[in-house]
Amino acid sequence: MKRNDRAGRALLRRPIRRSWPLFLLPTAAAFVIGFVWPFLQGIWLSFCAFTTTNNARWVGGENYLNAVLDRGFIYSFLYTALFALVSLVVINVLAFAVAYALTQKIRGTGIFRTVFFMPNLIGGIVLGYIWSILFDGILRAYHTSILLETRYGFFGLLILMCWQQVGYMMIIYIAGLQAVPEHMLEAARIDGASRWQTLRRVTIPNVMPSITICTFLSLTNGFKLFDQNLALTGGAPFRFRTYADGSMATIKTTEMLALNIYNTFYGQGSMARGTAQAKAVIFFLLVAGLSLAQLRATRGREVGA
Amino acid sequence: MKRKFISLLLAALLGLSGCAAQTDGEQGSVYWLNFKPEADGALQQLARDYTDLTGVKVKVATAAQGQYESTLTAEMDKSSAPTLFVVGNAAAVKTWGDYCYDLRDTPVYKELVTDDYTLYDEGGKVCSIGYAYECFGIIVNKTLLERAGYQVSDIRDFDSLRRVAEDIHARAQQLGFDAFTSSSLDSSSAWRFSGHLANIPLFYQARDKGGWSSAPERIENDYLDNYKAIWDLYINNSAADPRTLATPGYDAQSEFGRGEAVFYQNGSWEYPALVNDYGMKSEELTMIPIYTGVPGEEDAGLCNGTENCWAVNANASQQDIQATLDFMYWMVTSPQGTKLMAEQFGPIPYKQAAKTDNPFFNAAADYLSDGNYNVTWVFSHTPNVDDWRAGVVSALTQYCNGGDWKNVETAFVSGWATQYQAANN
Repeated sequence: MKRNDRAGRALLRRPIRRSWPLFLLPTAAAFVIGFVWPFLQGIWLSFCAFTTTNNARWVGGENYLNAVLDRGFIYSFLYTALFALVSLVVINVLAFAVAYALTQKIRGTGIFRTVFFMPNLIGGIVLGYIWSILFDGILRAYHTSILLETRYGFFGLLILMCWQQVGYMMIIYIAGLQAVPEHMLEAARIDGASRWQTLRRVTIPNVMPSITICTFLSLTNGFKLFDQNLALTGGAPFRFRTYADGSMATIKTTEMLALNIYNTFYGQGSMARGTAQAKAVIFFLLVAGLSLAQLRATRGREVGA
Repeated sequence: MKRKFISLLLAALLGLSGCAAQTDGEQGSVYWLNFKPEADGALQQLARDYTDLTGVKVKVATAAQGQYESTLTAEMDKSSAPTLFVVGNAAAVKTWGDYCYDLRDTPVYKELVTDDYTLYDEGGKVCSIGYAYECFGIIVNKTLLERAGYQVSDIRDFDSLRRVAEDIHARAQQLGFDAFTSSSLDSSSAWRFSGHLANIPLFYQARDKGGWSSAPERIENDYLDNYKAIWDLYINNSAADPRTLATPGYDAQSEFGRGEAVFYQNGSWEYPALVNDYGMKSEELTMIPIYTGVPGEEDAGLCNGTENCWAVNANASQQDIQATLDFMYWMVTSPQGTKLMAEQFGPIPYKQAAKTDNPFFNAAADYLSDGNYNVTWVFSHTPNVDDWRAGVVSALTQYCNGGDWKNVETAFVSGWATQYQAANN
């Protein structure tokens, strides 16, 4: 009987085993067409001068040289790094705090969770415009506007991103918090651990996987930010600089990397398209490298439950 | 197993690329990537009419406001790229010159009455030809102006314009309308000031230098005081709080259309919308020059020029190029085509142009026939035009919120030099 069963299962499995490529094919094809191919082509284009992708002409490393010599790009990089770092900390602290509060036994947690999550459902461009109206509504009373000061743009974007992302990260943290084994918490209680000790020694080590995911997401989100940046300030205010060597640059003081790449590609004529492409490759390496490093760092702290 | 997988994958890719391959018939087709959102509806209808008439397929797609360059880039990369597109200024020739079919001696080129709007590349190839021209200035609602106690003829220069505008603004409550529409610096409207209004100082700078044949390496501060004067007049004599101009939400066209303001700086292309969407009458509309206080400006006319220039995609198949040239020829010679061109774009520089009832063009013609000088579109020389304008808008925004006018001058002068350097390195 038992042998029969096994034979039957093997018989069922054989066609699947033999024709797995057929099942894999649609996804693999989509992945190749939608990701691998454009990605490789993008790298190739970063070494070319081009107007559209089919009239590319090889120019070598010139684009990369132009990219790293572009003062606006360097500025955007530093600005983006600062923003990503600050938003990483603020978003995660807030999201964890909210998640912690909403997993306590208080009334209305369901409603609060929904309310906090909802901003995530609105698109970035719309959010940017709505918040620019909100900020200007307040700043106007002080005779200023979000477009006038770099720091307003910075903190405005930070508030916007928190508002949008805290709810999302909160959901991940709630899932993590609910998975903390009850027996550990009970043991801590019996041992007379204070609330703070329980949080630090029991809860946080147990939600480390959530922290890994959330820091990963908020870090890469911070770096890749585009829509909100475009709609909220679009890079304003600008500063026009002349340097000692006679070269000049327009620094868009709230322009982040992704927007800088976009503006280089479309704002500066076909001469700059290769440069923009090189910037995009640098951008990819940066984001990929950073997130891998971050993953490794937080993974090391995870504990097996 | 591995080999089988790879062969399956290759087969699938081949199949897909097979689908994408062009299936050109004997007859070519036309794909027009249109530049003017406001003309989209009429052009779609025209495309259908042309297909009914000749059997040639015509597709018209329209890029969103301010997105022509990015849309064109994406479309040009496709196997079915536009056959007819717009190359309207020197920067565009620089970018798209290689894609332009030489239009010299084509039948449609021979129909042109002037080469004023023809764009050439460095080798002298005819890259694009004007299919319509335009004028811009300050659009006036004559009915409201008269209700406020003035005539169009009262405005002859900047001082008289200021007197009238300030008087209307002071009495706005009582009159029920204001002098100027909002001068929104939102991206849907900012080009009116960073592009069109900026043309005034640029034009006079160029005139002092005997005209520009190409973009100068740098520009000066000259006439920027005049730019400031007119800008101050706009923002201080309108219902909109200057400090709110960068915040989205203003719609100057509807303010003017609903009769909330007398003056509206914009161009001839506004006419169809004002008449069709807001029910304004042709006889209550006219256009006056943008006066800024430059000596001798009482002899100025409107700003006549165009960025509406047709280019034909040189990479298209021979049939498609022929079909496109035929279509263009039909547009500027057939009664149906010329009528639509006149309605949508105003007068066209072709022998068989139909008459237009657009009052703005009539005003433009009147100024010229009275011996006034044409304020040409020198802004078409702007290097990296989008980036340069963004800098001016940013500085104007700062200025409206109490910032220093110096920033605007820097955005003009240093911005120009910076972008020239970036575009020509």
